[in-house]
Amino acid sequence: MSNSSQTTASKAAQPHRLIKSKNGSVKRNELRGKILVYFCAILIIVATLAITLFLTLKGLQSFVLNDVNVIKFITGMVWSPSGEGDFTYGAFPFIFGSFAITFLAALFAAPLGIGSAIFMTEIAKKWGQKVLQPVIEILVGIPSVVYGLIGLTVIVPIIRNHSSGVGFSLLAGMIVVGVMILPTVTSISADALKSIPSDIKDASYGLGATRWQTIYKVILPAALPSLATAVVLGMARAFGEALAVQMVIGNSKAMPEGITDQAATLTSIITLSMGHTTYGSVHNNLLWSLGLILLVMSYVFIIIIRLISSRRKV
Amino acid sequence: MNRRVTNNIATSVFVLCAVIMVATLIYLLGYILTNGLAEINWSFLSSNSSSFQAGGGIKNQLWNSFYILVMTMIFSVPLGVLGGIYLAEYSKPGKITNIIRTSVEVLSSLPSIVVGMFGLLVFVQYVGLGYSIIAGALALTVFNLPVIVRVTEDSIRSVPLRQKNASLALGITHWHTVKTVLVPAAFPGILTGVILSAGRVFGEAAALLFTAGLSSPNLNFNSWNPFNTTSPLNPFRSAETLSVHIWKVNSQGIMPDVLEIANGSAAVLIIFVLIFNLSARIIGGLIFSKISGKK
Repeated sequence: MSNSSQTTASKAAQPHRLIKSKNGSVKRNELRGKILVYFCAILIIVATLAITLFLTLKGLQSFVLNDVNVIKFITGMVWSPSGEGDFTYGAFPFIFGSFAITFLAALFAAPLGIGSAIFMTEIAKKWGQKVLQPVIEILVGIPSVVYGLIGLTVIVPIIRNHSSGVGFSLLAGMIVVGVMILPTVTSISADALKSIPSDIKDASYGLGATRWQTIYKVILPAALPSLATAVVLGMARAFGEALAVQMVIGNSKAMPEGITDQAATLTSIITLSMGHTTYGSVHNNLLWSLGLILLVMSYVFIIIIRLISSRRKV
Repeated sequence: MNRRVTNNIATSVFVLCAVIMVATLIYLLGYILTNGLAEINWSFLSSNSSSFQAGGGIKNQLWNSFYILVMTMIFSVPLGVLGGIYLAEYSKPGKITNIIRTSVEVLSSLPSIVVGMFGLLVFVQYVGLGYSIIAGALALTVFNLPVIVRVTEDSIRSVPLRQKNASLALGITHWHTVKTVLVPAAFPGILTGVILSAGRVFGEAAALLFTAGLSSPNLNFNSWNPFNTTSPLNPFRSAETLSVHIWKVNSQGIMPDVLEIANGSAAVLIIFVLIFNLSARIIGGLIFSKISGKK
């Protein structure tokens, strides 16, 4: 009890003490706070630099220490880094698989996401928002392994029954990842559409344009750079998605010949092989090189987004 | 074609998009809950997992998920809130602030598997923590930090400037104003963001595969000495979480009831994620109405 009364007393006296800082404790407090805040800010930079540096150095080891040819690594078609016979380290099928999944998923999610965003912002402004906002939040919150599990138990069997393949396929990956990036694309698109000044919409309606004409001729062109950002952000997420893709894509090491064919992505190969290879071996070092490609690509996506948004300001 | 007809067709296409999205969510939740709830019973929740026989439970995985979540939050919330305070209050426009903003952007766009690989390289190998709860929590801190930074910055920036100026005008110093005026006023926003991020951390698996590991010792829930290898509190033991468990039983499991375990675990996972989501909304709403006096 005495403790709490003391703190109230000191709290009441604080403004007084703050103004007449005799003993310099205020200055010290101020400095301590500043140091804490600056320390955390610097820590964020250090963490980013550390991730970039460590993964770059580790990812380059296979080229520097193990003399793997970079060009052959990126363009080679055959991946057999261990076992009997000649070792070849061609990662092109995985690079292709990652890009294929990314673009296919964007193809799936972009129209649906932007369409839903238009529904939220232009058609049912009040209740559309009320219904879709929680839907987006829950879809974002569903863990990727759960998406993978549903892909595995629902989508893969459907594809198996309707095609000649085994079901594990690019198509299954496209649907699973497409649904996963859908909420990202929708919510960023909706923000973009909301930020368009209503003057230009009113002007269009005032000229007698229908809603579709206004959307098509006025709103979409004005929002295009921001909508592109939304899609690129979704693609960045698709490129790095690991477990859900790994569960449905089949992880075949050969190039896929069609959309219902099995494939593999950079992430799925890393997920599968990292635990089974000896740390420091060529095979293991190559996995870190695949990881380096992922790291480089996430920088590339950031640069693309910067370029798009710098065009928006002009 | 008549422009009204085109307009109506377009409108129905947009409505269809929204309907597909809502239907997807309803289907997903319905599928997981109808398939999973049947598997959930007390023995499923309270028994050890089994590696090849049927009837394994998820007791240890559930505990590990929460333990890693709590530890991640202990690391990432203070760091993230202070980082957010820097960006909202202390940063001056310039190179350093730009670098920090870019860093936050890079961190938040890194694929979680890349964060996991960094954790494997630095925390597991170089620092020598091995596959452990603490390595997993550190990796997830990297993953969660940018989220908390952004939420904090946004919440502090949305505090009316009048409140800050009033405090400064009373002669209260900057840091003291941050502590006693800005952070309390921004608290509902920060708390909501933290709870939502907790749901994300709870379900994350890719960053944990190589840091917290794919296996877990059978824990002895009578031994609370953190240095015992089977103690639930030991932060240096390997720990498979619930979401990692779902992935593992599906890709490597040889038990006859893989599907039942996966469905049950997914339902438990989804229920907790929904609880995090709902409580973020409810708590955010409650505190908002308390502070603003609105009903």
